[in-house]
Amino acid sequence: MGQLAAFIVLSIVTLAAAVVVVGSGNIVRSALSLIPTFLGITGIYILLQAEFVAGIQVLIYAGAITVLILFVIMLTEHGSGVRFRQVNEQVPLGMIVAGALAAFLIATFVTTAWPTSSGALPQYTASGVGTTFMTNMVLVFEATSLVLLVALIGAIVIARRER
Amino acid sequence: MQLGLVHFLILSALLFCLGLYAVLTRRNAVAILMGIELMLNAANINLVAFNKYVAPAALNGHVFALIVITLAACEAGVGLALVLSAYRNLETVHVDEINVMKW
Repeated sequence: MGQLAAFIVLSIVTLAAAVVVVGSGNIVRSALSLIPTFLGITGIYILLQAEFVAGIQVLIYAGAITVLILFVIMLTEHGSGVRFRQVNEQVPLGMIVAGALAAFLIATFVTTAWPTSSGALPQYTASGVGTTFMTNMVLVFEATSLVLLVALIGAIVIARRER
Repeated sequence: MQLGLVHFLILSALLFCLGLYAVLTRRNAVAILMGIELMLNAANINLVAFNKYVAPAALNGHVFALIVITLAACEAGVGLALVLSAYRNLETVHVDEINVMKW
């Protein structure tokens, strides 16, 4: 019961902030609304006993990516961007597509009988995640680190001012 | 009413559709990237929820979610670098005005 109440509160925080991200005409307000969205999702992760993923979510998303987005907004728009029209002419079409997809997905999720397991997660998942990364998933781990390196170098090369 | 898998799936579906709406309707490239971040977060909620309710013995869902977070950080870095580069060359970040390759 308490879990359901926590879930409802976290969902409302997440979805309300996400609506501001999507709908606000002020781009800085959109970017700052990403922070409550990501923190609400962090709460959802904690509710799902994924405390390591929750910590990484706070560090990477709420910390790094939001700051990066704010930096790029300040470097390009010179402020909030309220002088410009922020949406294109596809608003009715986008609403129809997003609403139809949401209705379809929710109808599918409600009517499908999901296989549920009676087992439980370990009490602390962080060490299990580390063990999985270093044993079964070591190739994925190395490939991800390579992708990270390539993306870092690529971002520097792309964003560098050419002389 | 017990908190179950379907609640998390509905939350992630709504979040995904909000992100899709942002991608479809925004003109600013940075706002489109924000919509993509919302969609990736929705996928992450699904991965972690399925890990808890369907296969709690293995932690593969958590591992996949962490990899998605890493790749989202890569995508944000490269995407924002592209936005900066486009702004420097074309003086705009509005994607419907970036049409120099349109015939």
